[in-house]
Amino acid sequence: MTDSYLNQYVPLLVHMIVAAGLSAILILLSTFVGNRRPTRAKMQAYECGMRPTGDAREPFSVKFYLVAMLFILFDVEAIFFYPWAYVFRDLQVFGFVEMMVYIGILLVGYLYLWKKGALDWNR
Amino acid sequence: MFPPIQDIYRIAPELVACLFGMLIMVADPFVPRERKGAMGRLGLAGALGALVAVELMSRHAGAAMNGLLVVDSFSVFLHMIIYGAASLVVLASYDYLERENLQQGEFYALLFFATCGMGIMASATELMTVFVGLEISSIASYILACYRRAALKSHESAMKYFLLGSFATAFFLYGVAMVYGATGTTSLVAIRAAAAHATDHHMLLTLGFGMLFVGMAFKIAAAPFQVWTPDVYEGAPTPVTALLASGPKAAAFAVLLRIVFTAFGDASSTWFWIVWISAALTMVVGNFAAVAQSNVKRMLAYSSIAHAGYLLVAVAAAGAAGEESAAGIAAVLFYLVAYALMKVGAFTIVSHLGGSGEQRLEIDDYAGLSTRQPTTAACLALYLLSLLGLPLTAGFLGKVYIFQAALDAKLIWLVVIMAVTTVVGAFYYLRVIWVMYFREAQQDWTPAPVAPGVAAVMFLTAAGILALFFFPGPLMTFAAHSALSLR
Repeated sequence: MTDSYLNQYVPLLVHMIVAAGLSAILILLSTFVGNRRPTRAKMQAYECGMRPTGDAREPFSVKFYLVAMLFILFDVEAIFFYPWAYVFRDLQVFGFVEMMVYIGILLVGYLYLWKKGALDWNR
Repeated sequence: MFPPIQDIYRIAPELVACLFGMLIMVADPFVPRERKGAMGRLGLAGALGALVAVELMSRHAGAAMNGLLVVDSFSVFLHMIIYGAASLVVLASYDYLERENLQQGEFYALLFFATCGMGIMASATELMTVFVGLEISSIASYILACYRRAALKSHESAMKYFLLGSFATAFFLYGVAMVYGATGTTSLVAIRAAAAHATDHHMLLTLGFGMLFVGMAFKIAAAPFQVWTPDVYEGAPTPVTALLASGPKAAAFAVLLRIVFTAFGDASSTWFWIVWISAALTMVVGNFAAVAQSNVKRMLAYSSIAHAGYLLVAVAAAGAAGEESAAGIAAVLFYLVAYALMKVGAFTIVSHLGGSGEQRLEIDDYAGLSTRQPTTAACLALYLLSLLGLPLTAGFLGKVYIFQAALDAKLIWLVVIMAVTTVVGAFYYLRVIWVMYFREAQQDWTPAPVAPGVAAVMFLTAAGILALFFFPGPLMTFAAHSALSLR
């Protein structure tokens, strides 16, 4: 009983071992085999081609946190759609109505934060 | 697949609270600043609507939502307390928000969401549903505690409440996991059946109950999980304090009673001593610490801790009585009603007397109140006497019922501790009354005239406290009936 139960997870274990092993091999190989000719420009932090200025540890505007929070909220909404879409045919009208209620509640929240100006960056 | 229409009736109060919460939240940004008073009226309409919904719910007894919730007289009783207290708080906060110049819409919306969570806790028969209700009510009340954004104390209050509250909730969740591990179910009735067979998981069950108790003891402010109470009650806007002292406490007691008597009914030894020790500690800590307070809000917070102890005595008494547990449970229920009336009334007056920015919170500020606002002073005196438990008040009968239940269950030591600490309580309650009536006012400060909402709360709570003393019959019958539905 216990054996067969755990056996289900063997592929998962193999997958994890292969993933960890492959990344370890790639990193180690490039460290030991690859040529290194460091120059000043190469050692700079990569900032999309921009010349880096100052330290990264600065206080950020609180606006970023607001946007991040809203992003998470509506991102979670999107995640819920996947399992719903998968069983949509089985749930039929019930599933549809439930999802509409859910979206409705989120829409209320969206209206609220829009009207409150949370989406207006320049406020 | 669709839930039957009865299920909708059975969650009607929560639906009404949610709908009004969302309605107010969305309407708020669209209403111009000078017409924000409409939010208060909408809030009052929502509160009354929810009370009507409680009545509607009471006519459709039975399990709802695939057995996650149940409507029995116990949950109707608790809904009555929670929604009644929330309605009184709506009345009391109307003028407070105007005076403190706070956003009106969100306040009522959050209040309704918090109340909805408490309602779910009151009728949940399944531990995960309890958890969902707990979270809904907690998160809304964390924000409410921080509602006076300009005041640093309000931030402190919210921060402490949030951090410690999250810890307590985590403990509760861990307890759920352990109980599930021992019994393989989270449904309270099924836990009882499984616990009878799963004798080899006794340790796990006891640990699980201990963790569940930590979560609930935090919400009811029972020792040793009471440390947050004075700071949070002091810093939160006073109408919010009134809500925190009444609503979540009633909801948490509902959960505690359900867990204790529905799920752990047979294994009384596993939880009896936990409750006993916590009750004794809570009464001692609450009453002795209250003596040292000079701030009225803190004093009332410690008194609220002390009352959690008295209520736990009744829970222990119900547990010790075995088959005769109904008397103890009924005593808890009766006392919860009396307690909600006294606390909401007292905090409403504190909020009224606090004045702009809640400056006047010291007991000495109340000197000479009896000549300046005789009615306010008389009402506050009535609440304090009721908290103390003197005759002619609901608090007296509540204490009598608890004493009786504890004596019948032969919990002599708890009775002795309760009697001694009640006498200690006399000191700090009577001191406020003494200051109001026998001390001359020192500063030339006159409290603002009583606003209509505050007056309504004062009238309703004072009338309720007196009525419960003279006509306790109907409520006590209802409470006894509700107690039976726990089995």
